[in-house]
Amino acid sequence: MEYGKINSIQTLGTLDGPGVRFVVFLQGCPLRCGYCHNPETQDLLGGTSFSSDEIINKAIRYREYFGTNGGITLSGGEPLLQPDFCAEIFEKAHQNGINTCLDTSGCIINEAVERLIDLTDYVMLDIKFTNKQDYKEYVGCSMSVPLEFLQMLQRKGKTVRLRQVIVPTLNDNEENILRLSQIANEFSCVEKIELLPFKKLCKSKYDALNREFLFEKFETPTKQEIAVLQEKLNSSIK
Amino acid sequence: MYSENWNGFKSGVWQDEINVRDFIQQNYTEYLGDEAFLTGATERTDELMKKLNELFKVERQFGGVFDIDTQTVSSLTAYPAGYLDKENEIIVGLQTDSPLRRGINPFGGIRMARQACEAYGYKLSDKIENEFQYRTTHNDGVFRAYTSEMRKARHCHVITGLPDAYGRGRIIGDYRRVALYGVDRLIEEKRKDKLNLEKGEYKTEQIRLGEELYQQIRFLEYMKEMAKIYGFDISGPASNTKEAVQWTYFAYLGAIKEQNGAAMSLGRVSTFFDIYIERDLKNGVLTEQGAQEIIDDFVMKLRMARHLRTPEYNELFGGDPMWITEAVGGMGEDGRTLVTKSSFRILNTLYTLGSSPEPNLTVLWSTALPEGFKRFCAKVSADTDSIQYENDDLMRPIYGDDYAIACCVSAMRVGKQMQFFGARCNLPKLLLIALNGGFDTTSGIEIGPKTDVMQGAVLDYQAVVKRFDKYLAWLAKLYVDTMNVIHYMHDKYAYEKTQMALHDTDVERLMAFGVAGLSVIADSFSAIKYAKVKPIRDEEGYIVDFDIEGDFPKFGNDDDRVDLIAKEITHKMITELRKTPTYRNAVHTLSVLTITSNVMYGKNTSATPDGRKAGQAFAPGANPMHNREENGALASLNSVAKISYDDCRDGISNTFSITPEALGREENERINNLVAVLDGYFAKKAHHINVNVLNRETLIDAYENPEKYPNLTIRVSGYAVNFNKLSREQQKEVISRTFHEAM
Repeated sequence: MEYGKINSIQTLGTLDGPGVRFVVFLQGCPLRCGYCHNPETQDLLGGTSFSSDEIINKAIRYREYFGTNGGITLSGGEPLLQPDFCAEIFEKAHQNGINTCLDTSGCIINEAVERLIDLTDYVMLDIKFTNKQDYKEYVGCSMSVPLEFLQMLQRKGKTVRLRQVIVPTLNDNEENILRLSQIANEFSCVEKIELLPFKKLCKSKYDALNREFLFEKFETPTKQEIAVLQEKLNSSIK
Repeated sequence: MYSENWNGFKSGVWQDEINVRDFIQQNYTEYLGDEAFLTGATERTDELMKKLNELFKVERQFGGVFDIDTQTVSSLTAYPAGYLDKENEIIVGLQTDSPLRRGINPFGGIRMARQACEAYGYKLSDKIENEFQYRTTHNDGVFRAYTSEMRKARHCHVITGLPDAYGRGRIIGDYRRVALYGVDRLIEEKRKDKLNLEKGEYKTEQIRLGEELYQQIRFLEYMKEMAKIYGFDISGPASNTKEAVQWTYFAYLGAIKEQNGAAMSLGRVSTFFDIYIERDLKNGVLTEQGAQEIIDDFVMKLRMARHLRTPEYNELFGGDPMWITEAVGGMGEDGRTLVTKSSFRILNTLYTLGSSPEPNLTVLWSTALPEGFKRFCAKVSADTDSIQYENDDLMRPIYGDDYAIACCVSAMRVGKQMQFFGARCNLPKLLLIALNGGFDTTSGIEIGPKTDVMQGAVLDYQAVVKRFDKYLAWLAKLYVDTMNVIHYMHDKYAYEKTQMALHDTDVERLMAFGVAGLSVIADSFSAIKYAKVKPIRDEEGYIVDFDIEGDFPKFGNDDDRVDLIAKEITHKMITELRKTPTYRNAVHTLSVLTITSNVMYGKNTSATPDGRKAGQAFAPGANPMHNREENGALASLNSVAKISYDDCRDGISNTFSITPEALGREENERINNLVAVLDGYFAKKAHHINVNVLNRETLIDAYENPEKYPNLTIRVSGYAVNFNKLSREQQKEVISRTFHEAM
């Protein structure tokens, strides 16, 4: 049986996939996004070890709440760092009639990841920026991998929700929205795109970790600003 | 018997005997659609509501009481007719002669009436003082018979909130009977019952019942007189919707003029009304707009109902509640839903009249309810924070499909069962008394079996359990005996004639016991079992605080290690209670419900082994202690769902607050997700949930700027309150509760 590192569990997730979700936040992330809301999940050495059985046995206790479209979501951290563990959880989820959703940045592709995707019913892919420079500067990796990941999702016929955190002055502009809509139009697997407001509530977590919150200097967008951008985006998607 | 006013109804046994359920089953029209058919408020309704809101505002400015009639003892025919706006009202009748003027009801206890007057700057008239000088009240009777141990238990707050100085309430008259049959038929049936009674053995039981029947009949006559004061003859059946609602309201009004019981619940009237509405719609004498208007006017009347209470009473039951609980929806035994268009109409009053704590709208939830109704309920919850949910799939097999809810969570068959209400005992305090060998450190009173103070540097789990069980057995017996005294006296000196006249003569009685502080005591035992709990002793050697080393499982995280302790304690409690026989052979039941008394219970309880500090509030009802939930909302719900309804037939209350963001991004998602949560929770065999969808910041703002939120309604513990009507302490406690937030 596979064992993995877990940061925490949220039994009622409604923003982490369709319907009511049992959300497992995995420990460890290769990225260092400046706005990361869960910096405590980044450290590869942290977290608590669980077996896939322990996770699935917990999830089963919430089956009654899943309704027609809810289920389990693996988030993080970056679940792709523990693909075998995740795949085993999803396999067992399916054996128990539980829908599976993966919340990822799409920054790793290998055979194990492909196997995991095969067991995933719904993918939430975080497209952090739409140009290479920003990706390199604020995320710390190349933008080509997430795009290649999206191609794989398309090839495998998955249903995908794209998400992007909007940080004023960085990506709250028309060009970004245009590029996002181009991606959506290019990939028929994309069901919808969700724009999320950058928030600073996580500042205290950085303080607790004794780390600087580099994005503190940015403003948080208003609900109105997000709504306007989302509207623009929706109207340019075919 | 046949009445022309029944034309168009399907006949059945309901015509031959008093049987409202059969009438409903034969005649109602289930509704499987959504809310699209509903209409808004008419101009007339808006105007009337505006007027009423002005009165509410003045009432608030006067410190919560608008006016008191200190000259008259409240009863059915004691006041001339009163109106909000005589020309424009559709349903009429007020408790006194003027809107929001409170009557005096000294039958529970004259001292309480006197103090209540004084608290609001009035003086009880000499006339009433003199009249009651030679009268024994319920309160007088109880204190004549209380044993010294009962007094001590009450004084040190290990059993408290008992209905020994106020009306017990929790009795639901089948008010629909007046509309369906008219008062004369009800009198006729009661006379028959009295004659039958005279045929057999005539001993204590029968003599008491004989006198009660006499009173019931007399008060049915008074009810007719009361209606006459308003120009109505209710001796025969109602002939149309307006009359059916009016007759039903008169019956309820009679009850609240006669009694000031803590909870004066309405029952289950909306689907009953729907039958009259459908008939009138079919005959073309009523429109949808007209139907909504009648319901609106009825609900407006309910929102005006008031009783006069003391400030001490408000500590127990904050926010001036009446618990005019109306059970809505549910499924029938034959598989049809009992949801009708009128189930929607009554919930719609939260839009047509604005949100409000009263009536206490209680949805009987079944996973089989029609989708359109489920979604509408979820929408109303998210918009108004004014409704609660109870598990119909759990209750229907026990109570059938014509039960209702008294107060918050107390189920009973309408017109067939009644309840002896018994407040609650304080379990964490009992544990502390046990540890101290029969001494309560808060009050300095010696109480319970006398033994030594628990020895040892670290508390031993098995030893503590053994000792606690011994004290639990002692308390259970004392509790039943105390309740027997109270209800003997209540029947004797403050019998509910009007309400009992609207029950079958051969009624089944339930005796409802309660526990407070369940999560505190479960966590305390868990700490003793899984961590190291070292007692801290005062100079006399009594345990007054605890030092806790290490972590332990806490109730509210779906962790069986502690959740099963909570379940086991309620099981032990009801098992012990059942060992002592009750007055009038009532069936023992148990609730996990606190109303707002969790604040007061906490105040009177010193530090507990779970790390709770002396004086700190308990969590309300069966809720986990605030902010000890670490795995999110569903884990918390699962913990509460483990407490068995078989042990707690008087209800298990859970209050759940979630921010709108945590339920989903768009309204449609939020509705779907709330429906899924409710379906899941009740599929887990949970009993009750209050749903609030709001942000803590809103409450903090309302705490600081009450004038900005005149109508902010929130669910607290089995009922809803206007936030502004809670004490500052109660408000703070509500703000400190867990709000499930988006990560």
